[in-house]
Amino acid sequence: MSAEPIATFESSLDEVGVELVRTSADQFESALTPLLDAPAVGASLPFENVSLPDAVETDPGVEKLEAAKTGVTAAGYGIADYGSVIIQGGPDGEEPASLYADEHVAVVAGSDVLPDMDATFDRLAEDIRSGTGQAIIATGPSATADMGALVKGAHGPVEVTVVLLEDR
Amino acid sequence: MSVDTRQRKAERIRHLLETEGDSVHKNTQVFNNGRYESTADLEDYEALKDEARAIKEDAIERLPELVDRVTETIEANGGTVYVADDAADANRYVTEVADGRDVVKSKSMTSEEIEVNESLEASGSDVWETDLAEFVLQVADEAPSHIVAPAIHKSREEIAELFNAYFDPEKPLETAQELTQFAREHLGEKIADADVGMTGANFVTADTGTLALVTSEGNARKCVQATDTHIAVAGVEKLVPRVEDLQPFVELIGRSGTGQDITSYVSLFTPPGDSPTFDGDGELGSGDDREFHLVLIDNGRMEMREDDQLRETLYCIRCSACANSCANFQHVGGHAFGGETYSGGIATGWEAGVHGADSAAEFNDLCTGCSRCVNQCPVKIDIPWINTVVRDRINRGTDGDLDFLVDGLTPDEEPGGVDLQKRLFGNFDTLAKLGSTFAPLSNWVAQTGPARSLLERTLGVDSRRELPAFERESLVEWFENRGPRVDPEEARRQVALYPDAYTNYVRTERGKAAVRVLEALDVRVDVPAAGESGRAPLSQGMVATAQSNAEDVYDSLAPAVAAGHDVVVVEPSDLAMFHREYERLLPEDEYAALKDRSYEVMEYVYGLLENGADLDALPEGDDTRIAYHSHCQQRTLDLEPYTVAVLEDCGFDVTTSDVECCGMAGSFGYKSEYYELSVDVGEALVDQFTTENTADRTVVASGTSCLEQLDALLARRPAHPVRLLDTR
Ligand code: SF4
Repeated sequence: MSAEPIATFESSLDEVGVELVRTSADQFESALTPLLDAPAVGASLPFENVSLPDAVETDPGVEKLEAAKTGVTAAGYGIADYGSVIIQGGPDGEEPASLYADEHVAVVAGSDVLPDMDATFDRLAEDIRSGTGQAIIATGPSATADMGALVKGAHGPVEVTVVLLEDR
Repeated sequence: MSVDTRQRKAERIRHLLETEGDSVHKNTQVFNNGRYESTADLEDYEALKDEARAIKEDAIERLPELVDRVTETIEANGGTVYVADDAADANRYVTEVADGRDVVKSKSMTSEEIEVNESLEASGSDVWETDLAEFVLQVADEAPSHIVAPAIHKSREEIAELFNAYFDPEKPLETAQELTQFAREHLGEKIADADVGMTGANFVTADTGTLALVTSEGNARKCVQATDTHIAVAGVEKLVPRVEDLQPFVELIGRSGTGQDITSYVSLFTPPGDSPTFDGDGELGSGDDREFHLVLIDNGRMEMREDDQLRETLYCIRCSACANSCANFQHVGGHAFGGETYSGGIATGWEAGVHGADSAAEFNDLCTGCSRCVNQCPVKIDIPWINTVVRDRINRGTDGDLDFLVDGLTPDEEPGGVDLQKRLFGNFDTLAKLGSTFAPLSNWVAQTGPARSLLERTLGVDSRRELPAFERESLVEWFENRGPRVDPEEARRQVALYPDAYTNYVRTERGKAAVRVLEALDVRVDVPAAGESGRAPLSQGMVATAQSNAEDVYDSLAPAVAAGHDVVVVEPSDLAMFHREYERLLPEDEYAALKDRSYEVMEYVYGLLENGADLDALPEGDDTRIAYHSHCQQRTLDLEPYTVAVLEDCGFDVTTSDVECCGMAGSFGYKSEYYELSVDVGEALVDQFTTENTADRTVVASGTSCLEQLDALLARRPAHPVRLLDTR
């Protein structure tokens, strides 16, 4: 992990209105807790020695999902140039948890921050060929200008925060 | 076109200018400015466009193979591919799959093209558009006015009024936030209840069967996530060979469209996926039984692929840049500048290909060929050319009689069916020659009441426009009498000044100024008797006449070119002919020879000064305040900076306009059906030249049309910039 893409990532995120919270695996829970508005939902995290606190419901029904204030999921990788995260949706429910809650908290490993779209598509192609059924390049919150002015939060989240695991 | 048809057209345009013009203008302006900003940040913008173009050329070339490939891939993934010949075929398949179940849709222009909602509803399905703009239109029962932002013609107030009347909420909705929240909740229920999710696809990769969807609201994701049957409807041209091929498009499409570096979501679905879905009893159930159908629509596309002129249309990624950068579109929107489904510059190609020439004929004239869209298109489609070709085909398709009035004035290469108005403007050279021969009598007669009303009734020449006044002595005649003034032995360069029809017969003063300015810089000038460039007939869709004019012009200029002289052009639209359209009208070597040797006059002066000519030979600007409007085609060729640089070097204080076009666009502003739109577009330029900083400035403009428009709409009389350099 070089420092450069991370710095670019942070400023690109800032441009699209997304806060970056830097932490490490052992500090993860204390970094996450202030970001959680109840009720919170999520999908289990794939990072070694990192797990979601009990307050995060990982097997919500439709009603809980729709009422969720926070949704915590992993993101496969980040794109420094664009301030994007790639949400890979699978059987664990990353897609609904990242989509229905008012705020999406995306957890990214520091080593998975890629510099640009070129590098991203190399990774994406590899992942898709080995079976990733769904990859969303998500940049900032959902938005619409269809109602006569720009509104943040259309069908998807109103707010996005990225938690970066610097030692992963 | 009959007087009635013209009047109906004019009324319809007037109505749209009044009701939708303001919203469309405001919103397209945001997209247009956003695109300029966002693409300027992209280091390798041109290279990305080349890459995108190459991928599309290759994909369309190999389309049948890609269809086979994607079918194999998706079937191996557990989905189904259906290639539908036409709209009816597609609708039959989709309704069978939906089988009366409720459908939620994300935005898809292709589904508008086949009108699938009607078929689904007729077979008992409830269908909900979940894209908020499409939802507004569904409630309002209106058609899209823009291919990316379909409700661009509606203001917040209008949407609030519509929702309050239709849904009668407890507390009336007012702000955009409230409207969005309301729609989200309303549609959220529909999404939770629906069984079938329908999407379009911006791209489909043949190697992995991946759909790329470019969206911002998140509704497409929900439509796919919450239902267990996914139907994607896409034109066959959406196929690209590999996942990696998506990269340039992902970087270009948001920037080119709404001016965002990237939209909130670019979803890459490789269905059927395994993400949990909503089951009937409020649980998140396993996604293992998801069903997926890709419906690839032909509907005329395979024929377009065989058509050398229309093929390029299939490269279009429907980003809307050609609509947003179009002055006419900005003012009137897609309800006028559009056919049955598609709108904006490229809509002519799409409509001609999928719905037929009649649908294209309705709006095709609104493309004036200003070419502002050309550099904006991420796949480098020559959109004005597509409009010209389709116009030519429409001309040839209609029967008509030669009228006594125009017969004789129209020695063109066209068949009898061409509309008289088009014939008149297409043969401007002949008209100008006659007008000049009989000037000033011809000018007096033409301006009389009876003559104007006859012109308006028979040819649709709007009587509110002042007609050009022809000079008795043409520029060529003036030069013949006067002769060259610089000895070829001592000349810095030798040039042929091209006497375009306006400079030759109408605005001879700018031609004379150009001659004197060049001579002041020690250039030996000759003015050969070359005819009209072909721009006039081309803009009427008279391609054969344009070609014959082009050949004649080349013959007249060939001796100068062969002698190694340069060709200097005053009128930017004619230089644009030499540099762009002649590629399609002349043999390759002739095109290349003329292109390499020809320059816009101020560009040429700039070059002379850069190469040692004496700036002191030109007048001192003394900080004279100038407002300069470059010409649309001149800007497309990136030639505006030369005029500004020369004027500034001479000591003028220059400010420039930034509207896309003056609205006159050759004959367009003379046509009675378009006069009001032309003036509406021109007013935007006038606004820029009547601000505190510009109101006192001397106005100069490079194009004849721009000069006429400014002359009509401004109190100050504008001139060509070369006249500022003329000591006379
Ligand atoms: S023709 Fe080009 S600019 Fe116009 S919508 Fe298609 S891709 Fe975009």
